Amino acid sequence: MIPTMRASVMIRVLVLVVGLVPSLAACSSSGKDAKSPAITVFAAASLKSAFEEIAKDHDGTVTFNFDGSQNLVSGLENGARADVLATADQITMKKAAEKQLVVPPSVFATNTLVLVTPRGNPGKVTGLDSSLDGKKLVICAEGVPCGNGTARLAQNLGVTLKPVSEEQKVTDVLGKVTSGEADAGIVYATDAKSAGDKVDVVKISGADKVVNWYPIAPTASAKDRQAAEKFVVLVLSDKGRQVLEKYGFETP
Amino acid sequence: MSELRPGLPRWLLVPAAVAVLFLAVPLLALVVRQPWAEIPGLLGSAAARDALWLSLRTCTLSMLLSVALGLPLALVLSRLTGHWAVLVRTLSMLPMVLPPVVAGFLLLITLGRRGLLGTQLSHWGVEIGFTTAAVVIAQTFVSMPFFVVAVEGALRTLDPAYEAVAATLGASPWVMLRRVTLPTVAPAVLSGATMAFARSLGEFGATLTFAGSMQGTTRTMPLEIYLQRESDPDLALALSLVLIVLAAVLMVLPALLLRRRA
Repeated sequence: MIPTMRASVMIRVLVLVVGLVPSLAACSSSGKDAKSPAITVFAAASLKSAFEEIAKDHDGTVTFNFDGSQNLVSGLENGARADVLATADQITMKKAAEKQLVVPPSVFATNTLVLVTPRGNPGKVTGLDSSLDGKKLVICAEGVPCGNGTARLAQNLGVTLKPVSEEQKVTDVLGKVTSGEADAGIVYATDAKSAGDKVDVVKISGADKVVNWYPIAPTASAKDRQAAEKFVVLVLSDKGRQVLEKYGFETP
Repeated sequence: MSELRPGLPRWLLVPAAVAVLFLAVPLLALVVRQPWAEIPGLLGSAAARDALWLSLRTCTLSMLLSVALGLPLALVLSRLTGHWAVLVRTLSMLPMVLPPVVAGFLLLITLGRRGLLGTQLSHWGVEIGFTTAAVVIAQTFVSMPFFVVAVEGALRTLDPAYEAVAATLGASPWVMLRRVTLPTVAPAVLSGATMAFARSLGEFGATLTFAGSMQGTTRTMPLEIYLQRESDPDLALALSLVLIVLAAVLMVLPALLLRRRA
Protein backbone atom coordinates (compact mmCIF):
# COMPACT_ATOMS: atom_id res chain seq x y z
CA MET A 1 0.00 0.00 0.00
CA ILE A 2 2.57 2.50 1.12
CA PRO A 3 4.97 1.90 -1.77
CA THR A 4 2.20 2.41 -4.33
CA MET A 5 1.13 5.61 -2.61
CA ARG A 6 4.69 6.85 -2.67
CA ALA A 7 4.96 5.97 -6.31
CA SER A 8 1.82 7.87 -7.19
CA VAL A 9 3.04 10.92 -5.25
CA MET A 10 6.33 10.72 -7.06
CA ILE A 11 4.61 10.54 -10.41
CA ARG A 12 2.55 13.59 -9.54
CA VAL A 13 5.67 15.50 -8.53
CA LEU A 14 7.36 14.43 -11.73
CA VAL A 15 4.41 15.60 -13.81
CA LEU A 16 4.50 18.91 -11.99
CA VAL A 17 8.21 19.35 -12.57
CA VAL A 18 8.04 18.33 -16.21
CA GLY A 19 5.11 20.68 -16.69
CA LEU A 20 6.94 23.53 -15.00
CA VAL A 21 10.20 23.34 -16.88
CA PRO A 22 8.96 24.63 -20.24
CA SER A 23 6.97 27.42 -18.61
CA LEU A 24 9.99 28.45 -16.53
CA ALA A 25 12.16 28.42 -19.60
CA ALA A 26 9.58 30.50 -21.40
CA CYS A 27 9.57 32.96 -18.52
CA SER A 28 13.31 33.50 -18.49
CA SER A 29 13.53 33.80 -22.26
CA SER A 30 10.70 36.28 -22.51
CA GLY A 31 12.20 38.29 -19.64
CA LYS A 32 15.82 38.35 -20.74
CA ASP A 33 15.92 37.55 -24.41
CA ALA A 34 15.09 41.11 -25.30
CA LYS A 35 18.46 42.17 -23.87
CA SER A 36 20.92 39.32 -24.17
CA PRO A 37 20.67 35.54 -24.42
CA ALA A 38 21.67 33.29 -21.53
CA ILE A 39 25.34 32.29 -21.49
CA THR A 40 27.31 29.58 -19.78
CA VAL A 41 30.67 30.45 -18.21
CA PHE A 42 33.30 27.85 -17.30
CA ALA A 43 35.57 29.39 -14.67
CA ALA A 44 38.35 28.32 -12.30
CA ALA A 45 37.12 27.48 -8.80
CA SER A 46 39.07 30.37 -7.24
CA LEU A 47 36.98 32.84 -9.26
CA LYS A 48 33.64 31.80 -7.78
CA SER A 49 32.87 34.69 -5.43
CA ALA A 50 34.25 37.37 -7.74
CA PHE A 51 32.52 36.11 -10.89
CA GLU A 52 29.17 35.63 -9.20
CA GLU A 53 29.28 39.25 -8.12
CA ILE A 54 30.39 40.49 -11.55
CA ALA A 55 27.59 38.52 -13.25
CA LYS A 56 25.00 40.65 -11.44
CA ASP A 57 25.94 43.47 -13.83
CA HIS A 58 25.59 41.33 -16.94
CA ASP A 59 22.29 41.85 -18.75
CA GLY A 60 21.28 38.30 -19.39
CA THR A 61 21.37 35.11 -17.42
CA VAL A 62 24.81 33.70 -16.63
CA THR A 63 25.12 30.05 -15.69
CA PHE A 64 28.42 29.11 -14.06
CA ASN A 65 30.44 25.95 -13.84
CA PHE A 66 33.27 26.41 -11.35
CA ASP A 67 35.90 23.69 -11.33
CA GLY A 68 39.64 23.08 -11.58
CA SER A 69 40.99 24.65 -14.78
CA GLN A 70 42.23 21.32 -16.08
CA ASN A 71 38.79 19.73 -15.62
CA LEU A 72 37.11 22.62 -17.41
CA VAL A 73 39.34 22.29 -20.44
CA SER A 74 38.90 18.53 -20.68
CA GLY A 75 35.15 19.09 -20.37
CA LEU A 76 35.20 21.43 -23.36
CA GLU A 77 37.35 18.99 -25.23
CA ASN A 78 34.78 16.28 -24.65
CA GLY A 79 31.95 18.40 -25.99
CA ALA A 80 30.64 20.27 -22.95
CA ARG A 81 28.87 23.46 -24.05
CA ALA A 82 30.12 26.79 -22.77
CA ASP A 83 30.33 30.34 -24.11
CA VAL A 84 33.20 31.65 -22.01
CA LEU A 85 36.26 30.01 -20.44
CA ALA A 86 38.33 31.55 -17.63
CA THR A 87 41.25 29.55 -16.21
CA ALA A 88 43.58 30.01 -13.24
CA ASP A 89 46.77 29.75 -15.26
CA GLN A 90 48.01 30.25 -18.78
CA ILE A 91 49.15 26.67 -19.24
CA THR A 92 45.63 25.27 -19.27
CA MET A 93 44.31 28.14 -21.44
CA LYS A 94 47.13 27.48 -23.88
CA LYS A 95 46.02 23.86 -24.12
CA ALA A 96 42.49 25.01 -24.92
CA ALA A 97 43.81 27.45 -27.55
CA GLU A 98 45.96 24.78 -29.18
CA LYS A 99 42.90 22.58 -29.59
CA GLN A 100 41.03 25.56 -31.04
CA LEU A 101 38.42 25.46 -28.30
CA VAL A 102 38.71 29.20 -27.61
CA VAL A 103 39.41 32.43 -29.46
CA PRO A 104 42.55 34.40 -28.41
CA PRO A 105 42.34 35.09 -24.66
CA SER A 106 43.09 38.18 -22.57
CA VAL A 107 44.60 38.22 -19.08
CA PHE A 108 42.15 39.82 -16.64
CA ALA A 109 43.66 39.13 -13.22
CA THR A 110 46.75 37.95 -11.41
CA ASN A 111 47.24 36.17 -8.14
CA THR A 112 50.44 36.18 -6.09
CA LEU A 113 51.72 34.19 -3.14
CA VAL A 114 51.68 35.60 0.37
CA LEU A 115 52.79 34.37 3.76
CA VAL A 116 49.96 33.95 6.25
CA THR A 117 50.11 33.36 10.00
CA PRO A 118 47.38 32.59 12.51
CA ARG A 119 45.66 35.74 13.79
CA GLY A 120 48.01 37.72 16.00
CA ASN A 121 51.06 36.02 14.49
CA PRO A 122 51.91 33.96 17.62
CA GLY A 123 55.13 32.69 16.01
CA LYS A 124 56.30 36.27 15.31
CA VAL A 125 57.11 35.46 11.70
CA THR A 126 58.34 38.43 9.66
CA GLY A 127 58.92 36.83 6.27
CA LEU A 128 60.85 34.07 4.51
CA ASP A 129 63.82 34.72 6.77
CA SER A 130 65.44 33.61 10.02
CA SER A 131 62.21 34.38 11.88
CA LEU A 132 61.04 31.01 10.54
CA ASP A 133 63.81 29.08 12.32
CA GLY A 134 62.24 26.53 14.65
CA LYS A 135 58.78 27.57 13.54
CA LYS A 136 56.25 25.40 11.74
CA LEU A 137 55.92 26.38 8.09
CA VAL A 138 53.43 24.65 5.80
CA ILE A 139 53.58 24.97 2.00
CA CYS A 140 52.13 23.30 -1.09
CA ALA A 141 53.97 20.25 -2.43
CA GLU A 142 55.96 20.58 -5.62
CA GLY A 143 54.02 19.18 -8.56
CA VAL A 144 50.80 21.02 -7.74
CA PRO A 145 50.49 24.58 -9.13
CA CYS A 146 50.80 26.49 -5.84
CA GLY A 147 53.77 24.33 -4.84
CA ASN A 148 55.52 24.99 -8.15
CA GLY A 149 55.04 28.71 -7.54
CA THR A 150 56.40 28.40 -4.00
CA ALA A 151 59.47 26.54 -5.21
CA ARG A 152 60.10 29.17 -7.88
CA LEU A 153 59.73 31.94 -5.31
CA ALA A 154 62.17 30.29 -2.89
CA GLN A 155 64.65 29.83 -5.73
CA ASN A 156 64.32 33.48 -6.79
CA LEU A 157 64.94 34.62 -3.24
CA GLY A 158 67.79 32.17 -2.76
CA VAL A 159 66.26 30.73 0.41
CA THR A 160 65.79 27.11 1.43
CA LEU A 161 62.41 26.51 3.01
CA LYS A 162 62.16 23.92 5.79
CA PRO A 163 58.45 23.13 5.95
CA VAL A 164 56.94 20.65 8.42
CA SER A 165 54.36 19.70 5.83
CA GLU A 166 53.88 19.91 2.06
CA GLU A 167 50.16 19.82 1.32
CA GLN A 168 48.43 18.84 -1.90
CA LYS A 169 45.98 21.70 -1.88
CA VAL A 170 46.36 25.34 -1.05
CA THR A 171 43.19 25.11 1.04
CA ASP A 172 44.87 22.45 3.20
CA VAL A 173 47.76 24.84 3.82
CA LEU A 174 45.28 27.53 4.81
CA GLY A 175 43.48 25.09 7.12
CA LYS A 176 46.69 24.24 8.99
CA VAL A 177 47.29 27.97 9.55
CA THR A 178 43.76 29.00 10.54
CA SER A 179 43.63 26.12 13.04
CA GLY A 180 46.85 27.40 14.60
CA GLU A 181 48.69 24.11 14.00
CA ALA A 182 51.24 25.87 11.82
CA ASP A 183 53.02 29.16 12.55
CA ALA A 184 53.00 30.20 8.91
CA GLY A 185 51.92 29.04 5.47
CA ILE A 186 52.37 30.15 1.86
CA VAL A 187 49.06 30.61 0.03
CA TYR A 188 47.60 32.77 -2.73
CA ALA A 189 46.57 36.31 -1.91
CA THR A 190 42.96 35.41 -2.71
CA ASP A 191 43.00 32.54 -0.19
CA ALA A 192 44.38 34.88 2.44
CA LYS A 193 41.61 37.34 1.64
CA SER A 194 38.93 34.66 1.90
CA ALA A 195 40.22 33.66 5.35
CA GLY A 196 39.49 37.22 6.50
CA ASP A 197 40.65 38.05 10.03
CA LYS A 198 41.46 34.42 10.82
CA VAL A 199 44.93 35.05 9.41
CA ASP A 200 47.51 37.82 9.34
CA VAL A 201 49.19 38.46 6.00
CA VAL A 202 52.93 38.98 5.73
CA LYS A 203 54.00 40.27 2.31
CA ILE A 204 56.89 38.41 0.73
CA SER A 205 59.28 40.70 -1.10
CA GLY A 206 59.82 39.34 -4.59
CA ALA A 207 56.47 37.53 -4.60
CA ASP A 208 55.27 39.90 -7.33
CA LYS A 209 57.76 38.20 -9.68
CA VAL A 210 56.01 34.85 -9.32
CA VAL A 211 52.61 35.52 -10.74
CA ASN A 212 49.65 33.37 -11.68
CA TRP A 213 47.92 34.85 -14.71
CA TYR A 214 44.19 34.37 -15.20
CA PRO A 215 43.14 34.46 -18.88
CA ILE A 216 39.56 34.64 -20.19
CA ALA A 217 38.20 33.99 -23.69
CA PRO A 218 34.94 33.33 -25.53
CA THR A 219 34.83 29.73 -26.69
CA ALA A 220 34.97 28.81 -30.35
CA SER A 221 31.63 27.03 -29.95
CA ALA A 222 29.83 29.96 -28.30
CA LYS A 223 26.21 30.06 -29.42
CA ASP A 224 26.14 33.82 -29.39
CA ARG A 225 29.64 35.24 -29.70
CA GLN A 226 28.40 38.76 -29.00
CA ALA A 227 26.87 37.84 -25.65
CA ALA A 228 30.02 35.93 -24.70
CA GLU A 229 32.23 38.88 -25.64
CA LYS A 230 29.97 41.19 -23.65
CA PHE A 231 30.70 39.17 -20.52
CA VAL A 232 34.44 39.15 -21.23
CA VAL A 233 34.38 42.93 -21.66
CA LEU A 234 32.49 43.27 -18.38
CA VAL A 235 35.16 41.24 -16.55
CA LEU A 236 37.89 43.41 -18.07
CA SER A 237 36.03 46.66 -17.29
CA ASP A 238 36.76 48.96 -14.34
CA LYS A 239 33.74 47.57 -12.57
CA GLY A 240 35.01 44.03 -13.06
CA ARG A 241 38.45 44.99 -11.83
CA GLN A 242 37.04 46.53 -8.69
CA VAL A 243 35.22 43.33 -7.81
CA LEU A 244 38.27 41.16 -8.55
CA GLU A 245 40.46 43.38 -6.39
CA LYS A 246 37.91 43.17 -3.62
CA TYR A 247 38.50 39.41 -3.54
CA GLY A 248 42.28 39.67 -3.44
CA PHE A 249 43.19 39.49 -7.14
CA GLU A 250 45.41 42.03 -8.76
CA THR A 251 44.46 43.35 -12.17
CA PRO A 252 46.76 44.20 -15.06
CA MET B 1 40.26 -28.40 -4.89
CA SER B 2 37.25 -26.14 -4.53
CA GLU B 3 33.63 -26.94 -5.17
CA LEU B 4 30.22 -25.40 -4.67
CA ARG B 5 28.04 -27.07 -2.08
CA PRO B 6 24.58 -27.80 -3.54
CA GLY B 7 21.41 -26.24 -2.17
CA LEU B 8 21.31 -22.87 -3.94
CA PRO B 9 19.08 -21.79 -6.82
CA ARG B 10 21.41 -21.88 -9.81
CA TRP B 11 20.41 -18.43 -11.09
CA LEU B 12 22.02 -16.87 -8.00
CA LEU B 13 25.36 -17.56 -9.67
CA VAL B 14 24.66 -14.77 -12.16
CA PRO B 15 24.35 -11.83 -9.72
CA ALA B 16 27.15 -13.38 -7.66
CA ALA B 17 29.38 -13.36 -10.74
CA VAL B 18 28.39 -9.74 -11.44
CA ALA B 19 29.38 -8.86 -7.87
CA VAL B 20 32.79 -10.49 -8.32
CA LEU B 21 33.35 -8.69 -11.62
CA PHE B 22 32.28 -5.38 -10.10
CA LEU B 23 35.00 -5.77 -7.47
CA ALA B 24 37.62 -7.38 -9.68
CA VAL B 25 37.56 -5.29 -12.86
CA PRO B 26 39.07 -2.16 -11.22
CA LEU B 27 41.92 -4.38 -9.97
CA LEU B 28 42.31 -5.73 -13.49
CA ALA B 29 42.49 -2.16 -14.77
CA LEU B 30 45.32 -1.49 -12.32
CA VAL B 31 47.19 -4.51 -13.66
CA VAL B 32 46.59 -3.56 -17.30
CA ARG B 33 47.61 0.08 -16.85
CA GLN B 34 50.65 -0.81 -14.74
CA PRO B 35 53.96 0.41 -16.25
CA TRP B 36 55.54 -2.99 -15.59
CA ALA B 37 58.92 -2.27 -17.16
CA GLU B 38 59.45 0.85 -15.07
CA ILE B 39 58.28 -0.54 -11.75
CA PRO B 40 61.75 -1.29 -10.31
CA GLY B 41 62.93 2.22 -11.12
CA LEU B 42 59.74 3.84 -9.83
CA LEU B 43 59.67 1.92 -6.56
CA GLY B 44 63.40 2.47 -6.10
CA SER B 45 62.89 6.23 -5.87
CA ALA B 46 63.54 7.81 -2.48
CA ALA B 47 59.96 9.08 -2.25
CA ALA B 48 58.51 5.60 -2.80
CA ARG B 49 60.89 3.86 -0.42
CA ASP B 50 60.32 6.46 2.30
CA ALA B 51 56.56 6.14 1.95
CA LEU B 52 56.61 2.33 2.07
CA TRP B 53 58.97 2.19 5.03
CA LEU B 54 57.00 4.84 6.94
CA SER B 55 53.74 2.99 6.31
CA LEU B 56 55.15 -0.31 7.54
CA ARG B 57 56.59 1.27 10.68
CA THR B 58 53.52 3.28 11.63
CA CYS B 59 51.10 0.45 10.87
CA THR B 60 53.09 -1.96 13.05
CA LEU B 61 53.07 0.52 15.92
CA SER B 62 49.38 1.29 15.56
CA MET B 63 48.60 -2.42 15.43
CA LEU B 64 50.51 -3.01 18.68
CA LEU B 65 48.68 -0.10 20.28
CA SER B 66 45.35 -1.46 19.07
CA VAL B 67 46.10 -4.82 20.68
CA ALA B 68 47.47 -3.36 23.91
CA LEU B 69 44.44 -1.13 24.45
CA GLY B 70 41.80 -2.97 22.45
CA LEU B 71 42.20 -6.40 24.06
CA PRO B 72 41.35 -5.17 27.59
CA LEU B 73 38.47 -3.16 26.12
CA ALA B 74 37.11 -6.20 24.28
CA LEU B 75 37.38 -8.34 27.43
CA VAL B 76 35.49 -5.79 29.52
CA LEU B 77 32.90 -5.16 26.80
CA SER B 78 32.15 -8.85 26.40
CA ARG B 79 31.15 -9.05 30.07
CA LEU B 80 29.37 -5.71 30.32
CA THR B 81 25.58 -5.54 30.14
CA GLY B 82 22.94 -2.80 30.31
CA HIS B 83 23.13 0.86 29.43
CA TRP B 84 26.85 1.12 30.02
CA ALA B 85 27.51 -1.65 27.54
CA VAL B 86 25.50 0.16 24.87
CA LEU B 87 27.22 3.46 25.58
CA VAL B 88 30.78 2.11 25.67
CA ARG B 89 30.24 -0.08 22.63
CA THR B 90 28.78 2.77 20.59
CA LEU B 91 31.62 5.08 21.58
CA SER B 92 34.30 2.57 20.74
CA MET B 93 32.78 1.57 17.41
CA LEU B 94 32.05 5.09 16.22
CA PRO B 95 35.40 5.72 14.47
CA MET B 96 34.57 2.80 12.15
CA VAL B 97 31.75 4.74 10.52
CA LEU B 98 33.15 8.26 10.84
CA PRO B 99 34.39 9.81 7.62
CA PRO B 100 38.21 9.80 7.99
CA VAL B 101 38.33 13.57 7.56
CA VAL B 102 36.03 13.93 10.55
CA ALA B 103 38.26 11.59 12.55
CA GLY B 104 41.25 13.76 11.69
CA PHE B 105 39.34 16.89 12.59
CA LEU B 106 38.37 15.44 15.97
CA LEU B 107 41.98 14.57 16.69
CA LEU B 108 43.03 18.07 15.64
CA ILE B 109 40.62 19.78 18.05
CA THR B 110 41.69 17.38 20.79
CA LEU B 111 45.45 17.03 20.42
CA GLY B 112 46.23 19.96 18.12
CA ARG B 113 48.10 22.96 19.48
CA ARG B 114 44.84 24.69 20.33
CA GLY B 115 42.99 21.48 21.09
CA LEU B 116 41.23 20.38 24.26
CA LEU B 117 44.31 18.53 25.55
CA GLY B 118 46.82 19.89 23.07
CA THR B 119 46.93 23.38 24.58
CA GLN B 120 48.25 21.98 27.86
CA LEU B 121 50.57 19.54 26.08
CA SER B 122 51.96 22.39 24.00
CA HIS B 123 52.54 24.31 27.21
CA TRP B 124 54.70 21.42 28.39
CA GLY B 125 56.56 21.48 25.10
CA VAL B 126 54.85 18.44 23.58
CA GLU B 127 53.45 19.10 20.10
CA ILE B 128 52.03 16.17 18.21
CA GLY B 129 50.96 17.76 14.92
CA PHE B 130 53.26 17.13 11.91
CA THR B 131 55.08 14.24 13.67
CA THR B 132 55.17 10.51 12.98
CA ALA B 133 53.44 10.06 16.35
CA ALA B 134 50.46 11.92 14.91
CA VAL B 135 50.28 9.37 12.08
CA VAL B 136 50.31 6.47 14.55
CA ILE B 137 47.61 8.13 16.67
CA ALA B 138 45.41 8.76 13.64
CA GLN B 139 45.84 5.16 12.46
CA THR B 140 45.12 3.71 15.89
CA PHE B 141 42.02 5.88 16.28
CA VAL B 142 40.46 4.53 13.09
CA SER B 143 41.73 0.93 13.26
CA MET B 144 41.36 -0.11 16.91
CA PRO B 145 37.56 -0.49 16.61
CA PHE B 146 38.10 -3.19 13.95
CA PHE B 147 40.26 -5.14 16.39
CA VAL B 148 37.77 -4.71 19.25
CA VAL B 149 34.82 -5.86 17.13
CA ALA B 150 36.65 -8.99 15.97
CA VAL B 151 37.82 -10.01 19.44
CA GLU B 152 34.64 -9.11 21.30
CA GLY B 153 32.60 -11.14 18.82
CA ALA B 154 34.76 -14.19 19.51
CA LEU B 155 34.61 -13.64 23.27
CA ARG B 156 30.82 -13.51 23.25
CA THR B 157 30.51 -16.85 21.49
CA LEU B 158 32.87 -18.45 24.01
CA ASP B 159 31.28 -21.34 25.89
CA PRO B 160 30.99 -20.18 29.54
CA ALA B 161 31.27 -23.81 30.64
CA TYR B 162 35.07 -23.77 30.19
CA GLU B 163 35.45 -20.85 32.53
CA ALA B 164 33.00 -22.34 35.00
CA VAL B 165 35.01 -25.53 35.13
CA ALA B 166 38.24 -23.60 35.53
CA ALA B 167 36.67 -21.63 38.38
CA THR B 168 35.51 -24.76 40.19
CA LEU B 169 39.06 -26.04 39.89
CA GLY B 170 40.13 -22.97 41.83
CA ALA B 171 41.68 -20.93 39.04
CA SER B 172 42.02 -17.21 39.78
CA PRO B 173 40.61 -14.74 37.19
CA TRP B 174 44.14 -14.05 35.95
CA VAL B 175 44.96 -17.72 35.49
CA MET B 176 41.58 -18.26 33.83
CA LEU B 177 42.24 -15.41 31.41
CA ARG B 178 45.71 -16.63 30.59
CA ARG B 179 45.08 -20.36 30.38
CA VAL B 180 41.50 -20.55 29.11
CA THR B 181 40.05 -17.37 27.62
CA LEU B 182 42.97 -15.95 25.67
CA PRO B 183 44.10 -19.20 24.04
CA THR B 184 40.54 -19.80 22.81
CA VAL B 185 40.21 -16.37 21.22
CA ALA B 186 43.77 -16.31 19.88
CA PRO B 187 42.62 -16.78 16.25
CA ALA B 188 40.29 -13.79 16.59
CA VAL B 189 43.11 -11.72 18.13
CA LEU B 190 45.32 -12.59 15.18
CA SER B 191 42.75 -11.80 12.52
CA GLY B 192 41.66 -8.65 14.37
CA ALA B 193 45.25 -7.45 14.56
CA THR B 194 45.87 -7.99 10.85
CA MET B 195 42.59 -6.28 10.06
CA ALA B 196 43.69 -3.29 12.15
CA PHE B 197 47.05 -3.28 10.34
CA ALA B 198 45.34 -3.35 6.95
CA ARG B 199 42.97 -0.56 7.94
CA SER B 200 45.93 1.56 9.12
CA LEU B 201 47.71 0.90 5.85
CA GLY B 202 44.85 2.53 3.96
CA GLU B 203 44.41 5.41 6.41
CA PHE B 204 44.38 8.68 4.52
CA GLY B 205 41.94 11.35 5.63
CA ALA B 206 42.75 11.48 9.32
CA THR B 207 46.48 11.49 8.60
CA LEU B 208 46.20 14.28 6.04
CA THR B 209 44.04 16.42 8.32
CA PHE B 210 45.89 15.80 11.57
CA ALA B 211 49.48 14.92 10.71
CA GLY B 212 50.19 16.74 7.44
CA SER B 213 52.24 15.41 4.56
CA MET B 214 56.04 15.35 4.67
CA GLN B 215 58.29 12.80 3.01
CA GLY B 216 59.77 10.39 5.54
CA THR B 217 57.86 11.82 8.51
CA THR B 218 54.14 11.82 7.79
CA ARG B 219 53.70 11.03 4.09
CA THR B 220 52.51 7.41 4.16
CA MET B 221 51.74 5.34 1.07
CA PRO B 222 48.18 6.61 0.51
CA LEU B 223 49.32 10.23 0.84
CA GLU B 224 52.20 9.64 -1.56
CA ILE B 225 49.81 8.05 -4.06
CA TYR B 226 47.44 11.00 -3.76
CA LEU B 227 50.28 13.44 -4.37
CA GLN B 228 51.86 11.54 -7.27
CA ARG B 229 48.49 11.17 -8.98
CA GLU B 230 48.96 14.75 -10.14
CA SER B 231 52.65 14.82 -10.97
CA ASP B 232 53.69 11.21 -11.69
CA PRO B 233 50.66 8.96 -12.36
CA ASP B 234 52.93 5.98 -13.16
CA LEU B 235 54.44 6.07 -9.69
CA ALA B 236 50.95 6.37 -8.24
CA LEU B 237 49.93 3.22 -10.13
CA ALA B 238 52.98 1.27 -9.01
CA LEU B 239 52.50 2.28 -5.37
CA SER B 240 48.81 1.37 -5.56
CA LEU B 241 49.79 -2.09 -6.71
CA VAL B 242 52.18 -2.51 -3.77
CA LEU B 243 49.49 -1.34 -1.36
CA ILE B 244 46.93 -3.77 -2.75
CA VAL B 245 49.32 -6.73 -2.71
CA LEU B 246 50.25 -5.94 0.89
CA ALA B 247 46.60 -5.70 1.93
CA ALA B 248 45.76 -8.98 0.15
CA VAL B 249 48.63 -10.79 1.86
CA LEU B 250 47.46 -9.44 5.22
CA MET B 251 43.97 -10.75 4.63
CA VAL B 252 45.11 -14.23 3.68
CA LEU B 253 47.83 -14.48 6.32
CA PRO B 254 45.71 -15.28 9.41
CA ALA B 255 43.84 -18.04 7.59
CA LEU B 256 47.12 -19.61 6.43
CA LEU B 257 48.73 -19.41 9.88
CA LEU B 258 45.68 -20.86 11.59
CA ARG B 259 45.31 -23.69 9.12
CA ARG B 260 48.89 -24.72 9.75
CA ARG B 261 48.24 -24.65 13.50
CA ALA B 262 45.12 -26.77 13.11
